[in-house]
Amino acid sequence: MKSLILLTGARFLVPLFLVFSLYVLLRGHNAPGGGFIGGLIAACGFTLYAFAAGVEAARKALRIDPRTIGILGLICALIGAFASAFTGQEPFAGVWGEVWGYAVSSVLVFDIGVYLAVFGGMLTLIFALEETA
Amino acid sequence: MAEQRTGSGKARVFGYAGAIAAAVMAGLLSLALPEVLAGGRVLFGIDWAPSLGVSLAFMLDGLSLTFALLITGIGSLIFLYATGYMGDHPRFGRFVLFLFAFMLSMLGVVMARDLITLFVFWELTSVTSYLLIGFDHENAQARRNALQAMLVTAAGGLALLAGFILIGLAGGSFDLAQILTGPGLQDSSYYTPILILVLLGAFTKSAQFPFHFWLPNAMAAPTPVSAYLHSATMVKAGVYLLARLHPVLGDTPAWQGSLTAAGLVTAVMASILALRQTDLKQALAYTTLMALGTITLFLAGSSEYALTAAVTFLIVHSLYKAALFMVVGAIDHGTGSRDVALLGGLRGALPITALAAALAGLSMAGVPPLIGWIGKELLYAGAATISPEPLVILGVLTANALMVAVAGVVALRPFWGARIKTPHIPHEAPWQMWVGPLLLGGLGLVFGLGAGLLQPMIEAMLTTGFGRDHAAELHLWAGFNLPFFLSLATFAMGITLYLMRDRYRRAIADLLARLPGFDPGWDRFLDHFRTFAAWQTRLIQPGRLTAYLTATFVVMVLAIGGALLLRRPVIAIDLSAPLLIWVIAAVTAAGAVLTLGTRSRIAAISGIGTTGIGVTLIFIFFGAPDVATTQLMVETLSAVLFAIAALRLPAIVERRSKSRQLAHAVLAGAVGLTVTLIVLAVTTHPLDRHITSFFEENSYSLAHGLNIVNVILVDFRAFDTFGELTVVFLASVGAYAVLKRRSRKAGP
Repeated sequence: MKSLILLTGARFLVPLFLVFSLYVLLRGHNAPGGGFIGGLIAACGFTLYAFAAGVEAARKALRIDPRTIGILGLICALIGAFASAFTGQEPFAGVWGEVWGYAVSSVLVFDIGVYLAVFGGMLTLIFALEETA
Repeated sequence: MAEQRTGSGKARVFGYAGAIAAAVMAGLLSLALPEVLAGGRVLFGIDWAPSLGVSLAFMLDGLSLTFALLITGIGSLIFLYATGYMGDHPRFGRFVLFLFAFMLSMLGVVMARDLITLFVFWELTSVTSYLLIGFDHENAQARRNALQAMLVTAAGGLALLAGFILIGLAGGSFDLAQILTGPGLQDSSYYTPILILVLLGAFTKSAQFPFHFWLPNAMAAPTPVSAYLHSATMVKAGVYLLARLHPVLGDTPAWQGSLTAAGLVTAVMASILALRQTDLKQALAYTTLMALGTITLFLAGSSEYALTAAVTFLIVHSLYKAALFMVVGAIDHGTGSRDVALLGGLRGALPITALAAALAGLSMAGVPPLIGWIGKELLYAGAATISPEPLVILGVLTANALMVAVAGVVALRPFWGARIKTPHIPHEAPWQMWVGPLLLGGLGLVFGLGAGLLQPMIEAMLTTGFGRDHAAELHLWAGFNLPFFLSLATFAMGITLYLMRDRYRRAIADLLARLPGFDPGWDRFLDHFRTFAAWQTRLIQPGRLTAYLTATFVVMVLAIGGALLLRRPVIAIDLSAPLLIWVIAAVTAAGAVLTLGTRSRIAAISGIGTTGIGVTLIFIFFGAPDVATTQLMVETLSAVLFAIAALRLPAIVERRSKSRQLAHAVLAGAVGLTVTLIVLAVTTHPLDRHITSFFEENSYSLAHGLNIVNVILVDFRAFDTFGELTVVFLASVGAYAVLKRRSRKAGP
């Protein structure tokens, strides 16, 4: 059951979802948002696309298997968590630095990990359900 | 066995590496000798879980160093022996790994300074010995026996853990160095439970009656493993524990009574059964039981004689037992048989093995001038100090006389007398296989002639291990005293038994046929246990979602709702709210009613979605944008998930009876009421803001973030978040695996 209206709409909406999810991820430190919400929003975007164009198309558009994305997320979170080892602090302590005038931190790396793990986890589940049901 | 020996033999290098590594460890350990012999304790280690008072700490004193040297020294010879015995086995590399892991676990047990550390290593020995006993895993009997050994010893280990925790509570510390120098726990109110639990642990590990049945079965292991487990390690762990805790728990009627009874019964019973065996390895297994019983029996005592006898016999036994097991393996290897009836006159074909066997066998029989003679004299001297003395002396005399006879069967019979045709043409073992037994047998002679050589070590064990002023002296010739005449009686009885062994075997076999066996009892027990486990699994895990939910909700209503009602909370209901909130609440409620009332799945899903969106609106209204966004996303995704799954199911058909529907309705109402009560009770109390204000104050200064929710998630509570992430992702992968497996089964 393919709907032309949904498919056309999804083509416009999915990029918006993704960009918005990145925006939410990055602003999360000082304003409502963060990796968890961002990951959910991005997952919603791809779910919409999977509904409109089919799971196979969605998997192709994603290019990487969602399970791999989830594992990358966990690894990313671990890197963020243990970056503090280089400064001699305990694990999960934030490390802060400055790049071209922007404050960056291991906390952001951790948050990106959260984003990817949630995104990958949700899509693993949804794609699998769609394919089997 | 023959068809398995197809490996390339390249793994031999691991065997040599293991032997060298163990020897180096023995060398390193002996660096501690000067300080330990001077009566000191060498302490080292690192903090492990300091908040729980648990540390990875080690201690070397007379007792632990003796054990550690036996473990590494004999271990090194065992690695060498195994290389000759089974170096061409296709899984030899794995074997060496298991054996090494086992050796390290044993070292951990005897060197642990912390009771929890000791327990962890104790369980590790159970696990690694399981792998070793069941190494021949294609053999069902080997698997069964390995499992039996592990279940018995690990169950004892759990009792031991409980005992250790009680010791920690009673003594205020898990640190052995502190516990041992403390006042002892004999007067503690926990003493009886501690004693019972610790004895359960030690008796299962050291195979004391009535837990002895696993040990002869553990003979399913390859011979190098038996030689190791039954001489210096595994079974000695229980004895080590008894010796270690002797100052803390010993010297009471309960300790003396239980150790005397268990030790005496085990020693006498095992020696009676040992002579009955015709398989050399089985015979040795029962003599191991006898030795363990004897050591346990002498640890019951408190006199210097009894304790000196216990520790000396421990060393004596480790030396000759390891050697004899290796000899039996060499006989098996060289002739293809371990049955005494099929062996004889092998001294010409296996001259070096015969020499090693003679040295070890004479030590086992207690013939002068070997160390075994000194050990036996000490046993008799010590037996006279353990009450009830006549019974103990009689028991030790019987056991020793039978040992003389068994030594004759194991060490003499195969090598002397007329040559009997064996399955293979007999040949001498490779050098790796005779170095160990010859060295250990030779040591028995060296320590026997130079009786003073062991004296300093025994002194150190008695002073630091048991808190005595000095040990009894080791003499090759102690004069015409009671032990001397008892020794003469032992030889007379032993030689008589040896000559009458065939008639003796028949008599014992007749007797045993009429007694219930322990092993069938164990199998019956396991069968019943499995039936029980299956029954209770069906009871708790029926596999129906309604059953799980009912159980969860009933507990929730009874525990939380009941507790709330009992507490009689002050609840103030404030109905003043803007009209908009009332409208949102009405929509939320309408969604719930729709879900309950409809027969259409799509309508039910829409109803749940409506409720969720209603809750989201309330979050927005009360200024929680983060929560609201998350809620919105979660609602969307769960509606999608529900839709995918539920829309493919048939329409809802009511199959429940009226009474069951009513029961569910009552339960649902009770849950709703409970949650409402909780919310009202919580909101009536003034909000405790001290955690909130901590985050408000520190969010920016410590974590450079203004969004408190996110700062908590990724910084203050990042560890929790990481745990949750792992759960979320693994749950998805788990669901993925289940779904894909289903579709592959049903699919094309």
